[in-house]
Amino acid sequence: MTRKAIIEVKDLEAGYDDAIIFRHVTFNVYEGEIFVILGGSGCGKSTLLKCIIGLLQPRAGRILIDGDEVVAEDEDGLKKILTKIGVLYQSSALFGSMTVAQNVALPIETYTSLKKDAVDMLVKMKLGLVDLDGYGNHLPSELSGGMKKRAGLARAMALNPKILFFDEPSAGLDPITSAELDHLLLHLNRTLGTTMVIVTHELESIFTVASRIIMLDKKAKGMIAEGDPRYLRDHSQNAFVKRFFNRRA
Amino acid sequence: MDSNNAGSLIQELSQHFAENPPGDLTVDLENVTYLDDFGTLVLVELRKLAAKEHGAFNLENTGKKIREMLMFLNFDSLFQKVSFEKKRRQGIFVRLGEKTFDIILDLKYAISFIGAITLSLGYHLAHPRALRKDDTLDYMQKTGVDGLPIVALISFLMGLIMAFMSSVQLEQFGANIYVASLVSLAMTRELGPIMTAIIVAGRSGSAFAAEIGTMKISEEVDALYTMGFDPVGFLVIPKLIAALIMVPILTLFSDIFAIAGGLLVGVFMLDLTVGAYVAQTINTLALFDVFWGVLKSGVFALLITWVGCLRGFQVSGGAASVGQATTSAVVSSIFLIILFDSVFSVVLRYTG
Repeated sequence: MTRKAIIEVKDLEAGYDDAIIFRHVTFNVYEGEIFVILGGSGCGKSTLLKCIIGLLQPRAGRILIDGDEVVAEDEDGLKKILTKIGVLYQSSALFGSMTVAQNVALPIETYTSLKKDAVDMLVKMKLGLVDLDGYGNHLPSELSGGMKKRAGLARAMALNPKILFFDEPSAGLDPITSAELDHLLLHLNRTLGTTMVIVTHELESIFTVASRIIMLDKKAKGMIAEGDPRYLRDHSQNAFVKRFFNRRA
Repeated sequence: MDSNNAGSLIQELSQHFAENPPGDLTVDLENVTYLDDFGTLVLVELRKLAAKEHGAFNLENTGKKIREMLMFLNFDSLFQKVSFEKKRRQGIFVRLGEKTFDIILDLKYAISFIGAITLSLGYHLAHPRALRKDDTLDYMQKTGVDGLPIVALISFLMGLIMAFMSSVQLEQFGANIYVASLVSLAMTRELGPIMTAIIVAGRSGSAFAAEIGTMKISEEVDALYTMGFDPVGFLVIPKLIAALIMVPILTLFSDIFAIAGGLLVGVFMLDLTVGAYVAQTINTLALFDVFWGVLKSGVFALLITWVGCLRGFQVSGGAASVGQATTSAVVSSIFLIILFDSVFSVVLRYTG
């Protein structure tokens, strides 16, 4: 059975001013998998994520999300694509003046015709999914780092997007909270079937959640590996990949 | 059943069952292969409709995956109305009391902040090398040089308007020449310093609050503490010195441009010569008037920097707090400028 590619990145090149961050980046993300973009600091992981979600215009190449071209899309087209994706930012990016429930309800109220009671019920379900029952009336400033991430996740999946993107989800979390978040992602992936794309360099997380990875390298200005993380760890011939997985300087 | 059609589906079902009350309701899920929370919401609404008619609600042929999802979402517990209403507001007396305490605490902090600035200023006077000269020059550029065009334009227009309005009355008595006296005296003593200070409060006072506030929430101020720096010395003193130098200079420019505005009206509308207008201005103005305006502007500079930085240091929480601090910095500065100007007027009345 052939798998359906939900994200197709073809020959992508991106940079800032005169500097090229990466070029010739080509890969597919298949429906239902947890895909990890990996690499050292400054290799362009976040830049690649920004290109895919339409926040940054690449210099060259194509990006297709569920068959729709991201790069060439006009504003309406891009909006259509954006309803298919959810993003959990490194800082969670919750709106500080709104309660957790209001943060989660915002996209539901905007993009559906549900009445207030139904929206509240849905928000309760979302908060239950991320284990934040009873925190709906709290402001983001009253939550711990891990709870903020989970509230951000509840908001990202408010409209049940086909793809969820995560920028360094474990950043700033202790190992136990980080592991709990990994298990939550795995559980949501298995239950809801949501495709997940995660930018991280946390090895523990990668081996727990990743179906496949790509690795970017600053020196190579592009991709240096793609595949199963365990296979790459044990069999890759690339010196940087070996050093990265074995945590050697 | 997903986010796109759950709303319309619930509406259709509600309409249908409003016309044909369901009694007992059984939902056959045999052909349902995937169910998410939006789908579950439809089932919750159907169960509500059945309950309204005191009928039983049953699910039939739920597959393993569907059962798992319903368990995951705690379907059986989703029957109570959910409410995320905001916490009830406290009574008026409680709020009044809280506000009073807030104001007292704010005042206490504001006074201690004056103390911290005074100590830091004293230290910098004793150790001039400790002053961050590059930062000071940068703030002088931002507060003074960058603010000059807008100060000049507004002052010019103020002089023009004042001359034009006063000429309407003075012309009737053939006292056109006194337009020069009125414009020069009013601008140097009162309006020049006030207008300049209000513009600087809007441009630079707000910027000081926003800059320090953003540094506070991104923990940069904490980093200064832990590195052994005095945040007041690092962040406030350069701004204070820059404002103390540049606001009086801007005030002088404001006076000159306002007089130029008045001159334009005098020459082109009142048939005065340039020489007569300038001579009348020089005859009217004493050096004390200019000095008084400059002195006031120096005090206004202190107030603007103090309030701007104070509000910045009071920021806590997130982005909304920075916005509040910025607004508060401008409003408080303008209030203090007017208040101190009144004090200056009273002092001048009884001593001058």
